[in-house]
Amino acid sequence: MAKVNPKTTQTIARTLIWGAGAVTALILVAIVIYILARGLPFINWEFLTTVPRGGLSGEGGISSTIVTTLYLIGLTIAILVIPGVGTAIYLTQYARDNWPTNAIRYAINTLAGVPSIVFGLFGFALFVTVLSFNFSILSGALTLVCLLLPTLISTSEEAIRAVPPYQKEAGLALGATKWQTILHVILPAALPGIVTGIILCIGRAIGETACLYVTMGGSAAMPTSLLSGGRTMALHVFYLATDTSAFDKAMATAAILVIVVIIINSLTNWIARRFQLRLMGRS
Amino acid sequence: MSQSTNIPQNQAGGNRPQILSSASHKQSRYAVNRMAKIAMIVCASSSFLILLVIIAFIFREGLPAFIEVGFFQFLFGIDWSPSRGMFGILPMIAGSLAVTIGSIAVAIPLGVACAILLAEIAPFKVREALRPAVELLVGIPSVIYGLVGMLVIVPAVRQIGGTGYSVLAACVVLIVMILPTIISISEDSIRAVPRKYKEGSLSLGATQWQTVWHVLIPAARSGIGASIVLGIGRAIGETMAMIMVIGNAVMVPTSPLSPARTLTGNIAVEINYATGLHANALFATAIILLAFIVILNSITMALFKRGFRGQSES
Repeated sequence: MAKVNPKTTQTIARTLIWGAGAVTALILVAIVIYILARGLPFINWEFLTTVPRGGLSGEGGISSTIVTTLYLIGLTIAILVIPGVGTAIYLTQYARDNWPTNAIRYAINTLAGVPSIVFGLFGFALFVTVLSFNFSILSGALTLVCLLLPTLISTSEEAIRAVPPYQKEAGLALGATKWQTILHVILPAALPGIVTGIILCIGRAIGETACLYVTMGGSAAMPTSLLSGGRTMALHVFYLATDTSAFDKAMATAAILVIVVIIINSLTNWIARRFQLRLMGRS
Repeated sequence: MSQSTNIPQNQAGGNRPQILSSASHKQSRYAVNRMAKIAMIVCASSSFLILLVIIAFIFREGLPAFIEVGFFQFLFGIDWSPSRGMFGILPMIAGSLAVTIGSIAVAIPLGVACAILLAEIAPFKVREALRPAVELLVGIPSVIYGLVGMLVIVPAVRQIGGTGYSVLAACVVLIVMILPTIISISEDSIRAVPRKYKEGSLSLGATQWQTVWHVLIPAARSGIGASIVLGIGRAIGETMAMIMVIGNAVMVPTSPLSPARTLTGNIAVEINYATGLHANALFATAIILLAFIVILNSITMALFKRGFRGQSES
């Protein structure tokens, strides 16, 4: 190795690295184009507004899965926001560097690494069985809250930490209590970052399957309440692909999910850019 | 965090300027302040409680299987046949390890190379085009990877031999799924290397590649290591995409073309109809899975800590 001219090594290495980049870019473009090309032609108004037949038929559209996904997201975010943002506030504003704080941080990091299916198993044992919520949107949402909590905590924490300290000091200097400062000064300034975190959570909730597969039951019917079972769009893709041979409909649903992911990514990038500009403009 | 402790919080003295509240709120706002603090502590303890409850439930349901089947019988038993009361998860451990090692072996070199490209080599425009692409790969739901795997990878593997539902197909799907994790975290850690390291190396006459290989990568190694461990964690934890392409046969895979079953797949496929000892055995499977994750998490934390210490020394 040492005998080779460094310039030659450099050329070889650069070629390999560009090759790796090209392969990765190619894989991505191929996947996205493949999904959109195979899925988009099957999307029409009827597909979006018909209830899937369910079972082994694979007939019908995806209307009930869209409704279930929306219910699930609404309920999950409603439960998730207060403990998530609250923990972030605690960690940034109140926590001292002592063992309870470390224990909380360790718990958050560990939770972030627990596989989705283990959350599912837990949700199955606690929400479905012990609390008898049965297979329902509620059980799925509560399980998702456990899964998403670490994500929302860490994004909110980052957003709050990005608020310049003099804003907080100014609030306190004006005689506001600590809580007034948090509520009226820090949170408004950190809001775009927190919203980004919530959107990220929505994105993950839309794509999550393993923990919902074992807590929501997978009924194809239109949900009538939060206690009815159901399947999200992502779960529908799974059921179609494994139980039926309706791959076109699975692809069409997948194409919609990919478009949603693209929208979510653009949205978070847009907010993040504006947030950064605003913070820089003020400091 | 530190400055908050020196500011008096509960001085309800009357000489305090009243800018944010009217006189009638004077007392109540301090009460609210105290209540808010308690509420935030309750919020913060939620993660800890959730973790405790998860562990308690998984162990409560899983330990009976260890006791009934025998720990070593469970861990190293080669037969998984719930109807005959046989619960050995060695085939699933082998399946999980096979797909994890197989995918990581390809994803590490490819991912780190992409990270170097994005952090150091690529011109700004290429970087700006590739970054959202990597973000999109992270965001695509795992079932979609599974679906594409079923429709593209499995038939391709079938051309080589077997049914196509195989460890090889699972590895290919996993590679695509863990690449973005490795790329984005490795890229961040390469970027976090202080500029002066790079400038020092270049000014000594090293080529760009020598600088990358001998200076930047060693300096960023803890971050790169952490990205790899996170990638491994994602590979072990992946469930639905694996169920879709790996065939789910309970057997120790003997070749890349043979089907297998992962630990996660074992839980997902059977939990909805399992009862009694069978259900306990699935929770015990989750304990084994959690043990893997806790070990990996400790390694990640240790690596990150080492990384931060390294930076503060600079």
